[in-house]
Amino acid sequence: MSGTTETVLDPKTSPAFPIAARSVLEDTQLRKNVRHATEVIQAKRARVVGEMPDWQALRESGRQIREHAMANLDHYLEEFERNCTRAGGKVHWARDGEEAKRIVTALVKASGSNEVIKIKSMTTEEIHLNQSLEAAGLRAYETDLAELIIQFGHDQPSHIVVPALHKNRQQIREIFQREMNLPELGDKPQDLADAARRFLREKFLRVKTAVSGANFLIAETGGVCIVESEGNGRMCLTLPETLITIAGIDKVLPRFQDLEVMLQLLPRSATGERMNPYNSIWTGVHENDGPRTFHVVLMDNARTEVLADAEGRQTLNCIRCGACQNACPVYRQTGGHAYGSVYAGPIGAILTPQLQQMHHAQSLPYASSLCGACYEVCPVKINIPEVLIHLRNKVVVQKGLSAEALAMKVMGAIFRSEKRFRAAQRLGRIAEAPLVHKDGQGEGWIGWLPGLLGGWTQVRDLKEMPKETFRDWWEKRGSRGN
Amino acid sequence: MATEISTIDSSAARTEILHRIREANGGSADGDHAATQWGSIERSYRRWATRPPAEVIELLEDRLRDYDAHAVHTAAGDVAATVAKMLIDRGLSRMVIPDGLDAAWMPPGFDFVVDQGFHASQLDGFEGVMTGATLAIAETGTVVLQNVPGQGRRAISLIPDYHLCLVQVQDVVETVPEALKRLGTTACLPTTFFSGPSATADIEMTRIKGVHGPRFLDVILMH
Repeated sequence: MSGTTETVLDPKTSPAFPIAARSVLEDTQLRKNVRHATEVIQAKRARVVGEMPDWQALRESGRQIREHAMANLDHYLEEFERNCTRAGGKVHWARDGEEAKRIVTALVKASGSNEVIKIKSMTTEEIHLNQSLEAAGLRAYETDLAELIIQFGHDQPSHIVVPALHKNRQQIREIFQREMNLPELGDKPQDLADAARRFLREKFLRVKTAVSGANFLIAETGGVCIVESEGNGRMCLTLPETLITIAGIDKVLPRFQDLEVMLQLLPRSATGERMNPYNSIWTGVHENDGPRTFHVVLMDNARTEVLADAEGRQTLNCIRCGACQNACPVYRQTGGHAYGSVYAGPIGAILTPQLQQMHHAQSLPYASSLCGACYEVCPVKINIPEVLIHLRNKVVVQKGLSAEALAMKVMGAIFRSEKRFRAAQRLGRIAEAPLVHKDGQGEGWIGWLPGLLGGWTQVRDLKEMPKETFRDWWEKRGSRGN
Repeated sequence: MATEISTIDSSAARTEILHRIREANGGSADGDHAATQWGSIERSYRRWATRPPAEVIELLEDRLRDYDAHAVHTAAGDVAATVAKMLIDRGLSRMVIPDGLDAAWMPPGFDFVVDQGFHASQLDGFEGVMTGATLAIAETGTVVLQNVPGQGRRAISLIPDYHLCLVQVQDVVETVPEALKRLGTTACLPTTFFSGPSATADIEMTRIKGVHGPRFLDVILMH
């Protein structure tokens, strides 16, 4: 799935998950890279989570803080706006991605720069901001190492935290050799990072406008918090004259103190570190320190739709750590691109269709075995399997009464009544009779089933139904246990 | 110069988004009620130190070492001598410092230049930066800087390739919640948490030291 310049991970146009996944499964290099990366992160996470005696208490507090923030979202957003504005920031509101892109593009132009340096931001990936900036004649430089690899490789992010985890060092070297014109570049990770440092330093020192996302908005102070590893974030937050931060409305935290929970949960879950190398917290504009102009764009883009769904709304508690992706047996086989969205893995399987208001990406709620590993690692206890099932129901209802839905309805009716269940079993034994053939041992097998059921017998034979059910046998053996 | 910022008016979007939220939540949130609710959020995680102070310092050192940062101890009277030794070991002499850094910490024979709002490219010309710190968190190996005298603006501790950071042992806490509590009154200052030198794991999950921030970090713990 090495994309071309034009392809973006857009759920509106991406193929359904089973189709996209099939082609990925043939890419053994990609699968090897994804397996290696997810195994390493999982092991690191397990180690640093294991050393926390109060991890479950932190998860519970994290869940309650996020739930409380969403339940009082209007209040906290207004509080954030008031405090950010008082501190010299300008707050803008965007109903959807198109509106957000128009605002950011206008703000960049107004800053007098035709280039921007960018901090890795899933929110800007969600709305494909770079394409819009480019269409307006504005050049965007991604400054996170992984995002730079993606941008240079005309590729797409495949993981929330480590977007280029599907590429190995040789592939990265090839991309850098070509795009930075460094034919002699080695493939040691240190060489590659050094090349990025040199390439980007000039941009940091020159470009006057930066665009960032946000990890947390703090209502109480009007502050913004960004966590990162490389220092590219600090460069973008500190050196330019204008900073434009774009954040989903779900990113708000009630109070500064709530960071004491999130700054423990997020780094350990995301990268398996006790703390990531850098966290920046700033509030509006500070004289002689950092940008002189600061904008925040608060974007809805269907988050209020998710909020309106009593069962789906817990999706908004997500703090984008990616732990569910690393733990997911499906993601670990396919990587992120098959999900057709910048949000891949279990969280993507519930977030993407909801952000599409269930009009697209309907196959994603099925891209899971419901094993529950995602729920177990989620730092804010989002019950992803529960939401997956809820969304499957929504998909079924939306698609109307298909043969499958009808069959499920009939099954439901049968299972609810003992009489109907026994009658169905008797009926089954009669109906299967013409399909059964005996093998050498006298066991009955069914090699072909009609219609929808045929999928099962295409690759295996089905044993005939037993002559006597467990229930019949139990009743016949009487009360003496023999 | 293109668009005027004044042409961006998102008040209609603001009204609609807030309306949608209230519809989804079944009404407007009330500030007082929210405050009460927030107060009843369960917080049964560790919020206080559980180790004696000497062990907390040891833990900090251990965690800093884990991040490839170098940490040493010094008595209050020997800070300048320790600084001199660290700089000689590193072979550095031209250091930028924030306004308000304690003069007693600066040994003679080195070039300490007070930040005068240098441009980023000028900061790039220094061999290192020396600052104090607001506090340090032992459990995570984190040092916190804020824009106050002795620590300065964020750019000076970012651009030079070497950071020598001086931490008073009484400013070392064990846990993240203790740190956030101390920072509460100055929460609006530009604040940077750093845990070891700049690093990335973006290439095959291998931790690579030093991408954009300082690649070398020494910490002096002052008793």
